[in-house]
Amino acid sequence: MSLKLEQVSLVHPNGCRAVSGISLRVDASERVAVIGPSGAGKTTLLRLLATALRPTSGELNVLGVDPWRLNRAALRRLRARIGMVHQAPPIPLRQRVVTAVLGGRLGSWPLWKALASLAYPVDIIGARAMLERMEIGDKLFERCDRLSGGQLQRVGVARVLYQLPDLFLTDEPVSAVDPALSDRVIGELNRDAQARGVTLIASLHAVDLALHWFPRIVGIRGGEIMFDLPPVRISDDMLRDLYASESAVVPTQTNLPLNVPASGIRRKPLCS
Amino acid sequence: MVSWVKRDANSITHDPAALPRFALATLLLILLWPGIQLTEFDPGVLFDPRNRETMGRFLGTFLPLALSGEFLRLVIKSTLETLAIATAGMTFAFVIAAPLSLLITRSLSIARIGPGPGLWLGRLLRIPVRFTLMLFRSVPEIVWALLFVRAVGLGPAAGVLAIGITYGGMLGKVYAEIFESGDTRPTIALLESGGGHIAAFMYGMLPVALPELVSYTVYRWECAIRASVIMGFVGAGGLGMQMELSMRMLNGGEVSTMLLVFLLLVVLADGISASLRKVIG
Repeated sequence: MSLKLEQVSLVHPNGCRAVSGISLRVDASERVAVIGPSGAGKTTLLRLLATALRPTSGELNVLGVDPWRLNRAALRRLRARIGMVHQAPPIPLRQRVVTAVLGGRLGSWPLWKALASLAYPVDIIGARAMLERMEIGDKLFERCDRLSGGQLQRVGVARVLYQLPDLFLTDEPVSAVDPALSDRVIGELNRDAQARGVTLIASLHAVDLALHWFPRIVGIRGGEIMFDLPPVRISDDMLRDLYASESAVVPTQTNLPLNVPASGIRRKPLCS
Repeated sequence: MVSWVKRDANSITHDPAALPRFALATLLLILLWPGIQLTEFDPGVLFDPRNRETMGRFLGTFLPLALSGEFLRLVIKSTLETLAIATAGMTFAFVIAAPLSLLITRSLSIARIGPGPGLWLGRLLRIPVRFTLMLFRSVPEIVWALLFVRAVGLGPAAGVLAIGITYGGMLGKVYAEIFESGDTRPTIALLESGGGHIAAFMYGMLPVALPELVSYTVYRWECAIRASVIMGFVGAGGLGMQMELSMRMLNGGEVSTMLLVFLLLVVLADGISASLRKVIG
């Protein structure tokens, strides 16, 4: 069991209830996409799993432990095993790409190694390999403020790939990346998770990406789980209901209507 | 569904922040008035005929500048001494401020995420550190200088210690504020993925804060030059000591020459700050 949530709720200090009584179980090496309209609680759910937020109530179990019962050292070790890709890449713009990627292992490196790497990058080959998987290997020694939004977002993904986490959490990791590359990035994340047998939870804005890549889809709205099904069992009506508040348009990468056979089985390859 | 405990934001038609803002502005004005009264601030005094005459006579002696070789050599020697006091003092201040500012920066707190274990311990530990910084900067450098002149004797060492302690207190406080005012998401993201305080600071916070840190530090170095001059008046060496002698003898030419040197030092500090910022980008 990789993740277990039992009636987990989170109420923000301003009284806003972001996640409300969510129960969810995810096994090791499962790959789950979380979809839903903006403000549905996707980010909050991921941040709860990343141990960045503490649930107001309910039981949470991440990688076999209750993070909020751990002592400081154990909690840090747990966090080093969780890789979170943020929607807005939290990377200082004045930093070089190589440093930003190597920063992914700060949780497992001893301090001397982290400091030595600032003087001279300790793993240029490793950083380049991850960037090449994101098709930005040539940006290794660029400063992050010279990159486009989409490139920077891929640096953020490369950093988390370099972290080699036991749990991937990605919060709209391709919101600034164009469709063809989005497919590549989500594909790489899926391949990495499958190859290493680790869990991948991705919140995605584009529903077609989610249905294409993930064997399990969780739809959330208003902080509650609306459905938790494999893509073949999700009907157009379910999606329309999920996005009912967003002018009833189901978001896709190209903003074109979701193109699926009448049977409701979605196996159409995105890029052939 | 998203539920709100507070009033529905859609039903508010006026700016809810207007009243507090107006009240604060009024309060500030009310507080300012007694300040003007207390300090007996009256620009008219400047134009009183008697004061004008005394001041005019002293200012009249400012020209020509004192440029004799012997005096210039003395000025150069004192200037170097002043620069040395300011620089050594700033180094000392930096050594005090750097670790203490990290200790009181809230965004570097791992326990704050969640919040997790050790939150109260961290908050408790920050209080004495904050207090130490306040103590250091609450005593003016001239008072520290007078103290140290008694402890280590007349000369530059007292100035270095005085600047080090007062400026250590100031730098520590302002560094922490610079760290907090920048984008702290990179730092917090690193802490959230298991990074330690120092590693997260070096990879997430320093790159964000560096230009502000450099320009504030160089500006403080400029202030330290002026402070070391003032401390020269109480015997801590440097240009200040020379300045006091010339002032006491009402030798305007010498005073104006040294004021010109001050101007050059400020220009120098400004240039250093600008070029350092350009390098960092």
